[in-house]
Amino acid sequence: MWTGFKRIVRAGFVGFWRNAFVSAASIFVMTVALLVIGATLLIDALLGVTLASIQDKVDINVYFVTTAEQTDIDALQTSLEALPDVAEVTFTSRERALEEFSEQHRNDETIMQGLEELGDNPLGASLSIRARETSQYEGIASFLEEQQAQEDPQQPLIEDVNFVKNREAINNLTAIIEAVETSSFIAMIILVGAAITITFNTVRLAIYTTREEISVMRLVGASNSFIRGPFVLQGVMYGLVSGVISLLILYPIVVWLGPHTESFFQFNIFTYFVSEFGRLFLTLVGTGIVLGMFSSALAIARYLRV
Amino acid sequence: MIYFDKVSKRYGGDRATALEDVSFQVEPKEFVSIVGHSGAGKTTLLKMLIAEDFPSDGKVFFESLDVHTIPRSRLPQYRRKIGTVFQDFKLLPHKTAYENISFAMEANGRSDDEIAENVPQALALVDLEDKIWNFPGELSGGEKQRVAIARAIVNQPDIIIADEPTGNLDPIATYEVVQILRKINDLGTTVIMTTHNKGVIDELGRRVITMDEGRVVRDDREGKYVL
Repeated sequence: MWTGFKRIVRAGFVGFWRNAFVSAASIFVMTVALLVIGATLLIDALLGVTLASIQDKVDINVYFVTTAEQTDIDALQTSLEALPDVAEVTFTSRERALEEFSEQHRNDETIMQGLEELGDNPLGASLSIRARETSQYEGIASFLEEQQAQEDPQQPLIEDVNFVKNREAINNLTAIIEAVETSSFIAMIILVGAAITITFNTVRLAIYTTREEISVMRLVGASNSFIRGPFVLQGVMYGLVSGVISLLILYPIVVWLGPHTESFFQFNIFTYFVSEFGRLFLTLVGTGIVLGMFSSALAIARYLRV
Repeated sequence: MIYFDKVSKRYGGDRATALEDVSFQVEPKEFVSIVGHSGAGKTTLLKMLIAEDFPSDGKVFFESLDVHTIPRSRLPQYRRKIGTVFQDFKLLPHKTAYENISFAMEANGRSDDEIAENVPQALALVDLEDKIWNFPGELSGGEKQRVAIARAIVNQPDIIIADEPTGNLDPIATYEVVQILRKINDLGTTVIMTTHNKGVIDELGRRVITMDEGRVVRDDREGKYVL
């Protein structure tokens, strides 16, 4: 058993080196395929971060009347936080709202003078609500509308909800995000599918060139596993080498792209590459190995039929 | 040892007949030459014996075993009992002479010690000790065929089948190959060989089965080549 395994491994290595041209051609094609997969993963990460940062900028603000009781505000905040679509609710007190307003308009004498003349704080407290997905704001807005409808008209709590004003913009943004996500997913499937198909055909072609050898191996009484083993091992080696080469090619590219993506997307692709290197290594090298192994096993199967 | 029992082979329904009702028997230690024009069915006959092809009718027996009832998973073991030699040598191009022969032993599950001992012996038998590390591309046609014969005998098979082994060789290499096959037969291995070469048949002076259009038309125990 061990001797057989040792011989298969040796034959795999010898075949890899002695069929150098076929090995090099297979590795080249597989490297291109893995580069496509790697680039797709990096673009997907870039897109994900960009969309997430856009989503982070979207929220709903609920403005309370100046006479609102803190207990009522707390109760509404608790109800909102209990909603599954809500990611975060941030409370801003009347005093904090005034501070921020004053800070924003400290150079506008008219406004500052007006505030002084009023004497009292004209601003109410507010809640800023962020949903998990932009598509979920519609549901949260409906919830707030129901809350408003149940209020006593003599003692209103909510003065304004800004979603009504921003509804169209948020819905447009939601549609754009969904379209970008869907099309990037479809593009990824097509690219990865093409990469797999090209790799499979290349390995199949490499094995096709050795079909005479396979028939000789059968004639001298080699078992199917004894014939298949070295070819599968060569497929694994193609994948391993291609995976490493594709990472080596990606490295200088992301080093160069890092500052550009940082200034444009506020996302440094090089930092991402380094921090996620383990996952990228496993994905690319693992995909290469699995692709090489299965492509070889499938390609050789037809020559092992009696 | 080998028995072809009314074997017929037809391709494409009944459009092409490769073998028609072929029956003959080969005894252990015999040297049998099968002669006939191209398309007479000689190679088909050998393919039947190594289970590379299946008869449309009839049966092929090897030591009372119906060859075509052997399960696919057991075919490698069966083929190890037969050494094969072909006109185009069928050597593995990326393996040296030594590796081509040792591969057949490795496939047979032989130990490294056995391989190290038997491969040089097999190469010595075909007088190629000095070409042990040469690749097939570095050998002449006759040398390639001798490596193929060494590979065929190294597992000490019960029988050697040789399909036109001298077809690509010059007269001197042909003579050498025939002498080697005769020596192997003298050592006790059954040999079945197909050939076109009248000189080879005359040189051997052994049993000759003549085929024509898929039929056995003559079975001559005195080595006559008649077509």
